[in-house]
Amino acid sequence: MDIKPILSALRRHKAGTVLIALQIALTLAIVCNALFIIQQRLAHLSEPTGVDEANTFVITNEWVGSPSSQRADAMMREDLRVLRELPGVADATSSNSFPLRGGGWDDGIKLTPDQVKDTSGAAVYFGDDHFLNTLDIPLIAGRNFRPEEITAMDVRDRLAPPVAIVTKPLADKLFPNGDAVGKTVYFVGNPTTIIGEVELLQSQSVERWASAFAWRSIIVPKRLAVSLGVFYIVRAQPGQLDAVMRAAPEALFKSNPRRIINDDDGVQSYATIRAKAYEGDRGMALLMGVICLVLLAITAAGIVGLTSFWVGQRRKQIGVRRALGATQKDILRYFMTENFLISCGGVLFGALLAIAINLWMVTRFEMHRLSLAYLLAGVLILLLLGQGAVLAPALRASRVPPVEATRSV
Amino acid sequence: MFGYYLDLALRSLRRNKILTALMVLAIALGIGASMTTLTVLHVLSGDPLPGTSDSLFYPQVDPRDMDGYEEGKRPADQVTWTDGLNLLHAKRADRQALMTGGAVPVQPAQSNIDPFFSDARYTSSDFFPMFKVPFMYGRPWTEGEDNSRARVVVISRKLNEKLFGGKDSTGQTLRMKDTAFQVIGVLDEWKPTPRFYDIYMQSYGSVEDVFVPLSTSRDVHFEHSGSTDCWGTGGGDDEHAETSPCTWLQFWVQIDGADKVKAYHDYLVHYSQEQKTLGRFQRPPNVALPGLMEWMDINKVVPGDVRLQAWLALGFLLVCLVNTVGLMLAKFLRRSGELGVRRALGASKREVFMQLLVESGVIGLAGGFCGLLLAFVGLWLVRKQPSDYAALAHMSVGMLTFTFLLAVGSTLLAGLLPAWRACQITPALQLKSQ
Repeated sequence: MDIKPILSALRRHKAGTVLIALQIALTLAIVCNALFIIQQRLAHLSEPTGVDEANTFVITNEWVGSPSSQRADAMMREDLRVLRELPGVADATSSNSFPLRGGGWDDGIKLTPDQVKDTSGAAVYFGDDHFLNTLDIPLIAGRNFRPEEITAMDVRDRLAPPVAIVTKPLADKLFPNGDAVGKTVYFVGNPTTIIGEVELLQSQSVERWASAFAWRSIIVPKRLAVSLGVFYIVRAQPGQLDAVMRAAPEALFKSNPRRIINDDDGVQSYATIRAKAYEGDRGMALLMGVICLVLLAITAAGIVGLTSFWVGQRRKQIGVRRALGATQKDILRYFMTENFLISCGGVLFGALLAIAINLWMVTRFEMHRLSLAYLLAGVLILLLLGQGAVLAPALRASRVPPVEATRSV
Repeated sequence: MFGYYLDLALRSLRRNKILTALMVLAIALGIGASMTTLTVLHVLSGDPLPGTSDSLFYPQVDPRDMDGYEEGKRPADQVTWTDGLNLLHAKRADRQALMTGGAVPVQPAQSNIDPFFSDARYTSSDFFPMFKVPFMYGRPWTEGEDNSRARVVVISRKLNEKLFGGKDSTGQTLRMKDTAFQVIGVLDEWKPTPRFYDIYMQSYGSVEDVFVPLSTSRDVHFEHSGSTDCWGTGGGDDEHAETSPCTWLQFWVQIDGADKVKAYHDYLVHYSQEQKTLGRFQRPPNVALPGLMEWMDINKVVPGDVRLQAWLALGFLLVCLVNTVGLMLAKFLRRSGELGVRRALGASKREVFMQLLVESGVIGLAGGFCGLLLAFVGLWLVRKQPSDYAALAHMSVGMLTFTFLLAVGSTLLAGLLPAWRACQITPALQLKSQ
């Protein structure tokens, strides 16, 4: 196919050509970046927590009448006994927080006491000897807490755990050689010995401010014995989640009515917790998706409109070409090639624009660098879209009869 | 002449309904999307106190210990009890108020209303004149009442309606946490957006229902809530909040005049030095005095996603406009013959140009109108979202006008190039080729 006549024809339609190319370029730039954002958000919201989410739920328990620390501790231990004995419960534990809660205690960890800057931040979880089993996070090195290591902690006490269990990402950050178990770190100003390592445990927040220490969690052998209340994390036997979620608050109230468990969010399954934690990300991904689709549709409609006009304008020339021996296929190919050339110009400019927009967003919106795959995918989508959109007008052009050449002269 | 052009435009638009519909739809979608996101952005990034915010500042000092100290880091976000009171009593600014948030159990006298928790703000007397808080009944409390820990309360209009049926309730008694308070004032509708004075507690929430003197709140052990940042041995519990090394209060000042701002900044440095000499502060003096709007910026109060959405929607509008330019160009050039006849019959280039602009203006008007409807649908969808700013997403008269001007203006702009191109046609050539 000779493209020279196509180019010289396009030169006579500069404005239209430039407009289609510009529209393709802008669409490509937006769609590439939007796809990239969608992918990032979707990847973010499907990140694992390490928890056996299908069978686990959380009870937010508040005490009534501000009990003393000792009293709160005793009531909490009694509650845990009640929960663990409940039929259908695999295990239960109490903590100051839980993964995806939306916020909580995080603190810096140092390798030496006189170090100025923290080596890493970490999400702090209080846990007893049932914590790992309840969340179903197996140890990959070291040992679990012993029951005698667990102590109660009031708000005024300084957190100074002699031992702690860390997640693998935190261990790898602190000790890149992979020998974290047995080492001493400085945590809230005190030495703490790492006795165990688990594969995975997500932080309390998955918002961007917490992304620096995502999955870097430290579990300390503590029971939070404060007058306000505490979270109970409960894992049900497979298939018994709904039944246990109903039975657990009833059993707790029967054992001790001096408590508040909110009706709406006092008992939450992990599915609910996850949906809440990633609400914003899902909304953003959905919005981006809708915008992409509408943009592509509008661009396709624009191409159809402008090409239809060109076909109408050139009916006579098409007739002449047909009369001189060009087949229907030749005419079809002419318009397809013409669109391809314009699209190529558009995507070339659009690719540069996409990269420029991405670089700007990296500085303004804490975005990552656009990967080349998304650019290529966007280019491919737009080239196919152009060819698809031009097909109908091009087919109409190919059906222009040779006799058109003789009309209206 | 305009009427004639309008008639021509409508005829022409009717002739090719699909193309017209496509252009109107493209503009409507672009306008609808950008107006939805811009309205949200406009509402969220607005000035909470227009006319007053320029003279409001948020003094910051750095009372933390050396743990985690890095040079050049921002000072503490809030102040400790001791620093707050020192700065408050020093009275170096024109007005100053120290405050924190909380929730109080309200025990209504009426037996038909159950006791309930109300959001409360514990603050000092300057809060009301400094933030120009409107009063419906009564008055704010005085500095004397601050000092004497008076059992007085100012309530919101909403709470006044709930408890006292909207009548002037000053002088009445309100029981909170088993303590009797005298109602001395009722606020009028007041909704600063963002709720700038305590951005760590729902920066787009509504203002509290109960206002009591900070000194009183400590006296009767009202629980405080909100961001609490502790170091060293600080536990952050309420009982020891005055002495523990925690920042949990917001301190705002009003300073009129740029030279006074400089003087206040120097005072903060001097204060930090003095505290360091006394052994209370450990870090070298590290102070800041951001203005209200600057403080909103520093804390990125407007969510990043909202700004991203606004940019995305503007990009979307741009594509829609380019699309419309292309389609209009095609449409106008297709009518070269007709325009050639008009030109040959004596219409000047200017007149043809005007005629085509009227046509694009009609499309812009229709697109703008549909876009406006889409924007209302969009805002309704935003309000269905669970975020705390969702309820604020309402169209204002200003935004409404802006939408319409944007729609018509951008379509006219989009019509310029096609209309100009169509005018360049030489009539003779067009007539000959027919």
